[in-house]
Amino acid sequence: MPPSPPAPILAASAVAVSIRGLVRRFDAVVAVDGLDLEIAVGECFGILGPNGAGKTTTMEIVEGLQTATSGEVTVLGRTWARDAAAIRERIGVQLQETVLDPLQTVRETLTLFASFYRRCRRIDDVLADVDLHEKAGARVKHLSGGQRQRLAVGCALVADPELLFLDEPTTGLDPAARRALWEVIGRFQARGRTVVLTTHAMEEAERLCDRIAIVDRGRVAALGTPDELVARVGGEEIVELATDPPVAAAALRGVAGVRAAHLEAGVHRLVVARVADALPAVLAAVAAAGARPVRLTTHRATLEDAFLAVAGRSFSDAEAAAGRAP
Amino acid sequence: MNDADLVAPPSQFRALYLARLRDFVREPGVLFWVFGFPVLLAVALGLAFREKGPERIPVLVVAGAATDPLAAAVGASSLLEVRRVPEAGAADALRRGEGLVIVRPGTPPVLAHDPSRPGAAVAVALVIDALEVAAGRRDTVAPRLERADAPGRRYIDFLAPGLVGMTLMGGGIWGVGYALVSMRVRKLLKRLAATPMSRGAFLGSFLLHRVVLAAVEIAFLLTFAWLAFGVAVTGSFLALAVVGLGGTLAFGGLGLLIASRARNIETASGLMNLASLPMWLLSGVFFSTANFPEGMRPLVKALPLTALNDGLRAVVLDGAGLAAVGLDVGILVAWTVVTFGLALRWFRWA
Repeated sequence: MPPSPPAPILAASAVAVSIRGLVRRFDAVVAVDGLDLEIAVGECFGILGPNGAGKTTTMEIVEGLQTATSGEVTVLGRTWARDAAAIRERIGVQLQETVLDPLQTVRETLTLFASFYRRCRRIDDVLADVDLHEKAGARVKHLSGGQRQRLAVGCALVADPELLFLDEPTTGLDPAARRALWEVIGRFQARGRTVVLTTHAMEEAERLCDRIAIVDRGRVAALGTPDELVARVGGEEIVELATDPPVAAAALRGVAGVRAAHLEAGVHRLVVARVADALPAVLAAVAAAGARPVRLTTHRATLEDAFLAVAGRSFSDAEAAAGRAP
Repeated sequence: MNDADLVAPPSQFRALYLARLRDFVREPGVLFWVFGFPVLLAVALGLAFREKGPERIPVLVVAGAATDPLAAAVGASSLLEVRRVPEAGAADALRRGEGLVIVRPGTPPVLAHDPSRPGAAVAVALVIDALEVAAGRRDTVAPRLERADAPGRRYIDFLAPGLVGMTLMGGGIWGVGYALVSMRVRKLLKRLAATPMSRGAFLGSFLLHRVVLAAVEIAFLLTFAWLAFGVAVTGSFLALAVVGLGGTLAFGGLGLLIASRARNIETASGLMNLASLPMWLLSGVFFSTANFPEGMRPLVKALPLTALNDGLRAVVLDGAGLAAVGLDVGILVAWTVVTFGLALRWFRWA
């Protein structure tokens, strides 16, 4: 469903978050540069992009923690300028890098957060939701990374929010902890609630999100379902190849079956329709250039490949270019 | 699962206050600084300045055949103590402070002293006096000597309220300031700002925690000083409570102000030291502010720790009631109003 042009009044009840022309400048740095988004009630929406693309800044403006330089933001049909208290009652927030008080227990932490709202869930229900029942009496400092992150999400769920914001919820977690957290998010979404999450883990976005916005340089570079975005790559599969001696990208671009070729840090990334069809010709072209393959891997096209196709550069390139902008 | 069952939340203020209390009792290091450190200081200083018999000033009498009459003359004074030294070691003994004046036999005897050493002039005068008496001077006035170091006028009496003041300052500045800055560093303040938490309840939980803790600190330290050194509170307990509350709020406000914008622990620690070190030195914790030059005194008096210490001493030592500590309480209230006003305007959650 293409989001523009929207009919704001009619759509208001079905729109969880609406962002129009959002700009946020920090002195000389433009973190967000005219960003538009509309997130529907009940969907899990992913904001994907490299560090420094403006994801966290956008999230924090929507969460009411930063103010926009210009642009309009409504959350559940309300604006921060007029209805801050009402919005805060209805949203749950997990921030990147929050360290909960290490001396409090899990139950004490959840009880504290629950006390801030007009109505809250039973703490035992929240504990069950985030699978921390057995750790209810443990102090936060004794939790594993995955347990801490589930507790952080639990703190966001104490008041049964209509809208849940998660900022890189699984960054730094091992695969098992990651999957455990995905289950928590999945259960919340299954109750018809809205989730907005930022990530730069492609697997996470593909697994959880109904729709994804790829953000680059403070703007939405592409918007769609995970499948639609992967389709933009132009092929189903990716071949990654390093050769000795190095071969120019142009030498592989014309090979039959190769739809796109990109060379970064000595590794060719080739978009192909089918690996089995394209690979013999690719290897022949490498041999013809007087080189031999030293590393060869293949995978199905991911959102990282989609980012490359949309932004014209890879995540690591974009992150290096952005430095550590806020 | 359908829509979750919602219930009424627990009391926000109670939950916030309990969190403060748990942070305090679950961090044993804090307990030492709050209770152990001032007691150690009081014991160490109390022992160093404990009550002694009338103190005699040591006099170095050079050993030799002709010194017996000199030693007898000096020893006859109730204020002097004879220490015999060989001639070769006399100068070193003086330098080490084993005596304040060297007496060498001769006609007349020679008195050697270092005029820059405190008390040296008094020692010389007393030795001259002793020698003159021994030579037959007749005294006509003969004043009567009285002790004036009854309880209430000893150094430990002066020290005990100062240590209470110092503890309240540390608790306010570090207890409030450090806690808030570490919450900001851990992004916990920002996380709390994303909830509907009442900012007033949050601040109030810190203040209640400080006030309760200050009451315990005051009671603990004054009880210790009373049991160990016989320092009794002579004034009104209401005045003690009011002065203590004023000091607690003023230093809580100062801690809040320092924490209002600091983004990291290092900056905050520097600012907290910057605020508290001058007051340790200037505000009469260990010695009287009367030692400072006249021109500095109004400035020193305006410091919150000076007002707190003066107020505490007036109540504990001078039997003051509420009216007598009005100026001190006024100064503390002014600091409270100004620091809270600025801190609430500048406070940064992220």
